[in-house]
Amino acid sequence: MILATFVSSLKRQSNSWVLGAIQGCHMSTAAQATHTVTPYKLHRLDNGPSTQITYTREEALKYYRQMRTIRVMETTAGNLYKAKIIRGFCHLYSGQEAIAVGMEASITPEDSIITAYRAHGWTYVRGVSVHSVLAELTGRKTGCAHGKGGSMHMYAKNFYGGNGIVGAQVPLGAGIALAHKYKGENNICIALYGDGAANQGQIFEAYNMAKLWDLPCIFVCENNGFGMGTSAERASACTTYYTRGDYVPGIWVDGMDVLAVKEATRFAKDYVLKHGPILIEAATYRYHGHSMSDPGTSYRTREEIQEVRQKRDPIGKFTDVIVNSNLVTKEEIKKIEDEIKKEVGDAAELSKSDPELPAEALYTHVYSNPPPGYKIRGCDDTISVLAK
Amino acid sequence: MAGRLGCLRFLSNTSSLLSKKSPVLNQTPVSTRCMHFNYVPDTPAREHGETTRMNLFQSITSALDIALAKDSSAVLFGEDVAFGGVFRCSVGLKEKYGSDRVFNSPLSEQGIVAFGIGVALTGATAIAEIQFADYIFPGFDQIRNEAAMYRYRSGNEFDCGKLTIRTPCSAVGHGSLYHSQSVEAFFAHCPGLKIVMPRGPIQAKGLLLSCIQDNNPCIFFEPKILYRSAIEEVPIGDYTLPLSKAEVILEGNDVTLIGWGTQVHVLREVAALAQQKFNVSCEVVDLCTILPWDRETVAQSVKKTGRVLISHEAPITMGFGAELAATIQQECFLHLEAPVERVCGHDTPFPHVFEAFYLPDKWRCIEAVKRLISY
Repeated sequence: MILATFVSSLKRQSNSWVLGAIQGCHMSTAAQATHTVTPYKLHRLDNGPSTQITYTREEALKYYRQMRTIRVMETTAGNLYKAKIIRGFCHLYSGQEAIAVGMEASITPEDSIITAYRAHGWTYVRGVSVHSVLAELTGRKTGCAHGKGGSMHMYAKNFYGGNGIVGAQVPLGAGIALAHKYKGENNICIALYGDGAANQGQIFEAYNMAKLWDLPCIFVCENNGFGMGTSAERASACTTYYTRGDYVPGIWVDGMDVLAVKEATRFAKDYVLKHGPILIEAATYRYHGHSMSDPGTSYRTREEIQEVRQKRDPIGKFTDVIVNSNLVTKEEIKKIEDEIKKEVGDAAELSKSDPELPAEALYTHVYSNPPPGYKIRGCDDTISVLAK
Repeated sequence: MAGRLGCLRFLSNTSSLLSKKSPVLNQTPVSTRCMHFNYVPDTPAREHGETTRMNLFQSITSALDIALAKDSSAVLFGEDVAFGGVFRCSVGLKEKYGSDRVFNSPLSEQGIVAFGIGVALTGATAIAEIQFADYIFPGFDQIRNEAAMYRYRSGNEFDCGKLTIRTPCSAVGHGSLYHSQSVEAFFAHCPGLKIVMPRGPIQAKGLLLSCIQDNNPCIFFEPKILYRSAIEEVPIGDYTLPLSKAEVILEGNDVTLIGWGTQVHVLREVAALAQQKFNVSCEVVDLCTILPWDRETVAQSVKKTGRVLISHEAPITMGFGAELAATIQQECFLHLEAPVERVCGHDTPFPHVFEAFYLPDKWRCIEAVKRLISY
């Protein structure tokens, strides 16, 4: 009843907002709001992150814009792939945006991230432009890895990619955390993997070393429910991924709630700097198939995907939260959406027309400082060039 | 393990996806996917009986079906295998043989291989799938240090000869760094293993059934570009083709061209081109089994022609061609009219946007043929 009254008052308000927008005047009614998150689940922790999160209008706008940009960017990437402009493989992040955006919100650019092959969203939140992400996918010089990596291999400062081998990045993340600790930096590493990778043996080797040496490492299992075409339940003897570090404490967080992810990450960063590693399981969902060649409907129903889109979508839910708490108006949302559409559309155009790599790029970056006169051995001497 | 899932399936799905209106698509010319060779179907042997039209993945399914039917100890497992596998090689087998015999494994390559070794140690038949050859390396230790050595180190007390690992390999036109690699040479350094790579559906079925029955651990590499593009009449019944036996698929007198897997088809075109442009007669040899390989057939051909080109997609340095070249120079030294030529992938990672430059295509091969005949 109360909700109905609230909604109707919003409707009345929104009429006047439309008028305001027409007159070029945006109204927002609050500078900050408080949000209650789905309770965390804790493993070997007495206290967890706060379930009451206060956040500002600026934060709301920023998180919304970032999540929406990733969504539109991924849709565009999907279309470019279907048009065969993007080659290689292509794994889309749609549905999981709240994790990258929420985590980045609680760390600094000096903290490190390493993730798996579903890396486009992470690349963007780590500061790479949409243009540079898309140009990497289309293999252009302007791509963030100069077009040499493609979908699974994107990098930025303190963002170690973008890794193709399932689970292989996790021990690397522990090593990065070791470096932070050894150098006396007050920084952490977040090592991300999926529920599928959670069953790889080297994950457990990484847990052990990280705990043994109390490394400032947050292990993050982005549990989207499916390791390729096999559901978590059919692949894992234990699906409470936040407990699977055993002696490593863990937190389960609603990965579809950007504010919950942000708060859990804030808590975890603080924790790992004092006590060593922690594990976060972020419960999420991927809308697309595992990769572009997987329609994503042979192992789950279309209804299931639709239901998540309607009930759990991280962007849709967050939009409701920030509009209903009067932080942001619907008109502002619409305006941001239009801006993003244009930004991503322009970036897509550039990523198609930017210069391609010169042929000798095939031979560069194999070695640094090769011996004098060293040539990359190809079979045709006429196109063999000196390594650079 | 990354990118996985059904490299080629997108072809059949693309048309419906493309029909959705998209500003990006509407403005962009759609490039066509082109293969770097034409597939020439093989002719089935009459003694293998009735045939039907199959592509390579269907012929693999047919082989697996037969293996499961006639050997009640046989189990088939790997990532996404139960719902048909990302390349559709095991479609319908779970329904036919039950989920205790055809099942999905977690994303755990080392586990899959090691589990298979354990199954095979008991004498049961284990058929494991690694979803892409690029992802086999977490299992490399198990293959090299356990599978390949078990028999030797136990004085023949134990072996995992009933293990067969199937895995898709080689270029597919757009696979980039981690869905394109040809990794056979790594395993060719492991005595105790058998390594096989077919060139088409008839061969795939016969060789796979041989591998499954063979009492040595086998790695069966399936060139993924052929799964759908290679179509021919394949015998529907049970038959095997000999391991460690190379096949002369085209007879000639002037130059021997040696390859395996997809590259055999490139070499077939090179032979046609050489005949047409230079009136040079090439003999094309498909090695079929990479370990242990058929020295006799190779040497016989090279002794006849005196000139040899070896070609594979894997990088040239320490590619299996190096072993062939070394053996050929030793066994055929006085017959050689020119140094052994190798046309291979370059010594770089498999590139993202330069696949066409990286692959040992027919133009690079024909240049080598020119060098051989003008030496």
